[in-house]
Amino acid sequence: MLNLFFPDKATVIVGLEIGTAKVAAVVGEVTESGGVNVIGIGQCPSRGVRKGEVVDADLAAEDVRNAIVEAEKSADVEIASVYLSVTGGHLTSLNTHGVFTAASDDHEISPPDVGEVLANAKVFNRPSENTVLHAIRQHFTLNGQAGIADPVGMLGGKLELDMHVVHGVTTRLQNPVRVVKGLNLEVEELVFSGLASSLALLDNEQKQMGVLVVDFGAGTTEYVVYADGVIKHTGILAVGGDHVTNDLSYGLRMAPARAAMLKKEHGAATIEGAAGQTLTLTNENGFPDRRVNLEHLRRIMVARLEETFELIDEDIGEKGFHDQLRAGVCLCGGGARIRGIDGLASDIFAMPACVGRTSAVGGLRSATDDPELATAVGLVKYGAIRQKAQRPGGIVGKLKHLAGSFGIL
Amino acid sequence: MTTIESNPAPGPVKKQLTIKVFGVGGCGGNVVSHIARAGFSGTQLIVLNTDSQALSQCPLPHKFNLGLKLNGGLGAGGDPERGRAAAEEDEARLRELCTGVDMVFICAGLGGGTGTGAGPVLARVAKECGALSLAFVTLPFDCEGPKRMRQARLGLEEFKAAADGVICLPNQKVFKLIDENTSVIETFSTTNELLAQGVRGIWQLVTRPGFINLDFADLCAVVRDRHSESSFASAEAAGPHRAKEVVEKLMANPLLDGGTALGESDALLVSLMGGPALTMAEVNRVMEQINRHADNAHLIMGAAIEDALGDRMTVTLVAARRRSHAADLPKDVEPEPAPDPGIAPSPRGNSDVELLGAAIAGKPVMRAAATKPEAGRGVVGFAAPEPEASPVATLASTRSWRSRKKAKVVHPELQLETVTKGPFEHSEPTLRNGVDLDVPTFVRRGMPMN
Repeated sequence: MLNLFFPDKATVIVGLEIGTAKVAAVVGEVTESGGVNVIGIGQCPSRGVRKGEVVDADLAAEDVRNAIVEAEKSADVEIASVYLSVTGGHLTSLNTHGVFTAASDDHEISPPDVGEVLANAKVFNRPSENTVLHAIRQHFTLNGQAGIADPVGMLGGKLELDMHVVHGVTTRLQNPVRVVKGLNLEVEELVFSGLASSLALLDNEQKQMGVLVVDFGAGTTEYVVYADGVIKHTGILAVGGDHVTNDLSYGLRMAPARAAMLKKEHGAATIEGAAGQTLTLTNENGFPDRRVNLEHLRRIMVARLEETFELIDEDIGEKGFHDQLRAGVCLCGGGARIRGIDGLASDIFAMPACVGRTSAVGGLRSATDDPELATAVGLVKYGAIRQKAQRPGGIVGKLKHLAGSFGIL
Repeated sequence: MTTIESNPAPGPVKKQLTIKVFGVGGCGGNVVSHIARAGFSGTQLIVLNTDSQALSQCPLPHKFNLGLKLNGGLGAGGDPERGRAAAEEDEARLRELCTGVDMVFICAGLGGGTGTGAGPVLARVAKECGALSLAFVTLPFDCEGPKRMRQARLGLEEFKAAADGVICLPNQKVFKLIDENTSVIETFSTTNELLAQGVRGIWQLVTRPGFINLDFADLCAVVRDRHSESSFASAEAAGPHRAKEVVEKLMANPLLDGGTALGESDALLVSLMGGPALTMAEVNRVMEQINRHADNAHLIMGAAIEDALGDRMTVTLVAARRRSHAADLPKDVEPEPAPDPGIAPSPRGNSDVELLGAAIAGKPVMRAAATKPEAGRGVVGFAAPEPEASPVATLASTRSWRSRKKAKVVHPELQLETVTKGPFEHSEPTLRNGVDLDVPTFVRRGMPMN
């Protein structure tokens, strides 16, 4: 849209994540060859967000402004619009099914037919206060033949479509949008943050093999299941690093700020090697203050992390995805920095686990190597794909559009 | 070796179920001797101590001196670390003793060296050997000084972490059962008797068949890996109003904190036992009253007929709560009128057995019908009469009105308020399957931390 009128800027894409721990803005450009390069980052500690949702709009606006200004400086561009990630416990996902029936079996499927089946699939029973955030095409089925990527031009009387739909409470989705708009920035699109993270981390091969992406953030944990190259399932747990901090603060009886520090310095997702060790904490003057049992610290952390993974495992197990995840588990978010988290994840999910790197984009190493920036980087990737899709063109362009949507989704 | 059958198992005992009772340290030895004196049969009683002198005075045939190399048989000197080291030195031997055993009772007095230090090691070893380990421990009297109490508390935490269940008797509570004139010897024999009753109660629970039966597997499911703490109590009554009286006596028991422990519990094992004349209406009446006190708890009940009981009826219950809470603290509940000097000691033993301790929380398992003696070793008739019960105490009923009043006031939900949600206090709670995930996981799982 904007880029249509200002073709020069079309290549600059900004991803903005208003997270619980930090606000991150990542500026990327689309290269000649169609790849994405990160050219600037802006970050600011976040204060107005709890469990992934804005609770104090003024503070959040201030933090967003700081992050955007820093990103503008770092990339030397002016930011006019952003792709914004959203998350929160109110988001729900489900798989829907749409059907289009033609008069006869030798009907040639045309784009309007596809449009109709898409519209059909989007009709499902949802609470009236919710809006659809994403409706992601999975596969078409034509006269019982499953796994068709593009049915246009094929013959068939019954066209079916499976979609994955993410929806959430309209008003709560609008809160971060209002914060951004209050700063005279346009919001190009709202993107589920788990989806954005997975775009940044995964390559096509992993999507084909089947993979679980777990974005362990400060306020929420999102997870996305890919199999056969498409999104099969998404979910959110409003549990994150803040919960770990709170558990420690409660269990070790100390202020949350100190608990957060201990978590970063001595935390790990294993109790191995911690038995019988004691940490001596110093007060602000550098004198020994009190002692903390390292084993207790670890046990509190492990209990929380274990439980979070178990809940996710239970959920994907219920849906029967265990056998389809041959590429294992990919972790990102601030939680991926916890020592030994990959070991714990592979124990609980019983599949290989690794900390994801944003391999899908080039540019600043500091952005692409940081698991905490996966969402923001993924937003840039998402923007690039969308803009490519929206660029006008003839038949070739339309084909690219379709191909593009399947590439991402 | 230190273990021998002290007696051929009597009829009703399922011989497949191997149970061993360990007494660790001086107090543990005394308790086990007490159990032996009361004619406890069918299990092996073993005494472990670091002090060879104390060991030699113990009348039991099976004893083992821990840490001979380390301490030279001179005891642990009140240092739990030395107790632990001694037990670890002889870990291989302990493992031998625990191998192939289904259930291990560990009796110990906390606060000293051997019981506090070596006990948890034994519990861990027993668990590693696949046995269900239940610990019966005492906390020291307040007058023994804060250091011993501190050591005892640390030991209790370790026990909770190591054993499947801990039943803990704060000695201080025994003051409620004794009067001015009770001698020191009697006092200690009272606490020993209480622990002995606990061991016997659980033992009977798992070995006697009943017409409403529970098996060993159910007990395991409820106890194993809970690391929790619970109260144990039993009472007996006779006569036409025995159903009512027996509950009153139960509630009057100071070790149940006047019924508070019931209100706080989230699982209850109740065992009823009566003579052949036991009526369903009586069972119903007892259970109804207990239910009223513990409406939040999962109830597991068993009932059995024992001809020897005549017109008497006994109720044994184990109340488990998830978190230890105040239960192990010898806090003052309410002033109990001191019992008459004369009758005090004897009723205590029979009608008012209570142990505060640990074990259980769990799934509701209710079995009806006596289809039991099933093949597996797991079968446990569940019904614990007071053994050799003697005439019922009048003392319990005199205090019952107070206790009942108190019990009514109990709101088990109160516990919820004590859990902080920190920064999430004002945000929308994160609920999954009805569980509030904002509450720290280790709190919900009842993991012991000090």
